[in-house]
Amino acid sequence: MANEIVGGATAVAPADPAPRRRSRWQSPVVRRLLRHRMFVSGAILLLIVGLAAIFADLLAPSDPLKISIRTRFEPPGAEWLFGTDNFGRSQWSRVLYGARLSLMIGLGVVILNAVFGTLVGALAGYFRSLDNLLMRITDAFMAFPVILLAIGITAALGPGSLNAVIALAAVYTPRTARIVRASVLVVREMEYVEAARAMGATHWRIIWHHILPNCMAPLIVQLTFIFAYSVLSEAVLSFLGLGAQPPTPTWGNIIAEGRQYIREAPWITAIPGIALAMTVMGLNLLGDGLRDVLDPRLKVQQG
Amino acid sequence: MGRYIVQRLLSSIPVIFLVTLISFSLMQLVPGDPAIMVAGLQATPDEVERVRVQLGLDQPFHMQLLHWYGNLLQGDLGTSFLLGRDVLEVTLERLPVSISIAVYALVMTLLVSIVAGIIAALRQNSWVDQLVMTIALIGVSLPNFWLGLMLIVLFSVHLGWLPTGGYVDFREDFWGWLQAATLPAVSLAMLQMGLLARITRSTMLEVLRQDYIRTARAKGLSERKVVGKHALKNVMIPVVTVIGIIFSLLLSGSVVIETIFSVPGIGSLLGSAILRRDYPVIQGGLLLVAAMLLLLNLVVDVLYAYFDPRVRYRNGK
Repeated sequence: MANEIVGGATAVAPADPAPRRRSRWQSPVVRRLLRHRMFVSGAILLLIVGLAAIFADLLAPSDPLKISIRTRFEPPGAEWLFGTDNFGRSQWSRVLYGARLSLMIGLGVVILNAVFGTLVGALAGYFRSLDNLLMRITDAFMAFPVILLAIGITAALGPGSLNAVIALAAVYTPRTARIVRASVLVVREMEYVEAARAMGATHWRIIWHHILPNCMAPLIVQLTFIFAYSVLSEAVLSFLGLGAQPPTPTWGNIIAEGRQYIREAPWITAIPGIALAMTVMGLNLLGDGLRDVLDPRLKVQQG
Repeated sequence: MGRYIVQRLLSSIPVIFLVTLISFSLMQLVPGDPAIMVAGLQATPDEVERVRVQLGLDQPFHMQLLHWYGNLLQGDLGTSFLLGRDVLEVTLERLPVSISIAVYALVMTLLVSIVAGIIAALRQNSWVDQLVMTIALIGVSLPNFWLGLMLIVLFSVHLGWLPTGGYVDFREDFWGWLQAATLPAVSLAMLQMGLLARITRSTMLEVLRQDYIRTARAKGLSERKVVGKHALKNVMIPVVTVIGIIFSLLLSGSVVIETIFSVPGIGSLLGSAILRRDYPVIQGGLLLVAAMLLLLNLVVDVLYAYFDPRVRYRNGK
């Protein structure tokens, strides 16, 4: 999807200053990342969301599921930071717990995606006999618009967060596999791989020890963007009623519920959307920064 | 050229086969007994049995598959449970609505993002550039369905400028169509605008560094000519290649956007089919959309090969 964007910053990575006594712990990559404005702002945004998700039960004094008729539709203010919803539940609590679920689902998709995308991509890139078959299968998956296929899969499997994770992983894995395959194709021709082969290393050893470590940069960049899309797509799924079911709060289902009261209580809809946009923006910035620093020439074409 | 087209067509056959297989298999993912899911939990055993036969679920897997392909070749995508009508008929009926909005959004995307991207590239690192890139970043980060709701609050509820939803056929009342389609199109286009503005900007920056641009400048051409004649053409190449992706994103977004704005297109059809587990519509709709995108990508590739002969030779092997 969005990976073909070449970041806002020019594709020229900041020149590495003369390698004076470089401490072992001061990796040049880390230093360059810390000097990259987009990366740092993305990291800060994510840190805020991440901490909010981790400490949701400490930060939110009231139960996100506690219904109270007397406090319905309280606007945001001193007493109710983010207001209350149609059941009188604290929006602050619900948005924080929603952050937890959103990030966990995104992380789940990223992990599955990393494992299966690497597996399929490495197989296709390394064993040329498998390549054609595997790539046609990825083509077929990629012929469907992402969200539509994810909707189709969750609709079939039944609603729920776990099924949303499975559907999104299934939809994004072919895309990641393509990226891994492209780098495996390049790395497998390198001389050190040739050398390993000549020394009688097994296929798996060559793939695991020699090829994959050198395919990490594009994979990490890709996974950051996949994280962003997964959070966004999960919100779409739960907005449509296909993700976690109410009363469990997710940003998507809070927005869906708030939609009915959008005239009287627009904050119910507005606030989770802002949280969602903040998270996605943080991940996008992080991805842009990583791409500029790890692989400035990277311009991945991906459907 | 002819050989390239034939080759490209042949290579898409296995993909089309797999696409249909995936659409078919969706039904197999339904846990438990799909007949019960479809008939509803309150259905009597008789009703469940009727649904099972109607869906052909009483037959073994390979027979179901053969049956599905047999029907498919005759253009029969099955019958909607809910509407009791032919799926192909219903989807084709609603397709023009979705396409009219998608094209509107596409035109908007192309106009806004190409101009913004080029201006940003020409004033690299100025405040204009920073502003454009910040807006583009916000554009790619905003959830489109949320944006749609916020636009309704602002433009329909508070300002009362545009309707909150609905659809008017553009052949009957163009002005009405424009009013009804604007908010859905903007919500759909936001993401693509951000993407394309960034692509245009970075391509433009790359092009401006090329030797032929320096030559054009060196021979004293005006900046307007350098940009308009020499740079613009080369910027358009990546733009053309991502049109397929953009269209795919537009159709993706249509499910939620059409639901929010109650637009009677293919997206809202799918949306309601999902909620009511109308599997033939889900399967058929997905298949139709995928087929359309495959076709579009085919056309884009052929056009691309036509404009850039290198592609033909590289793939011609």
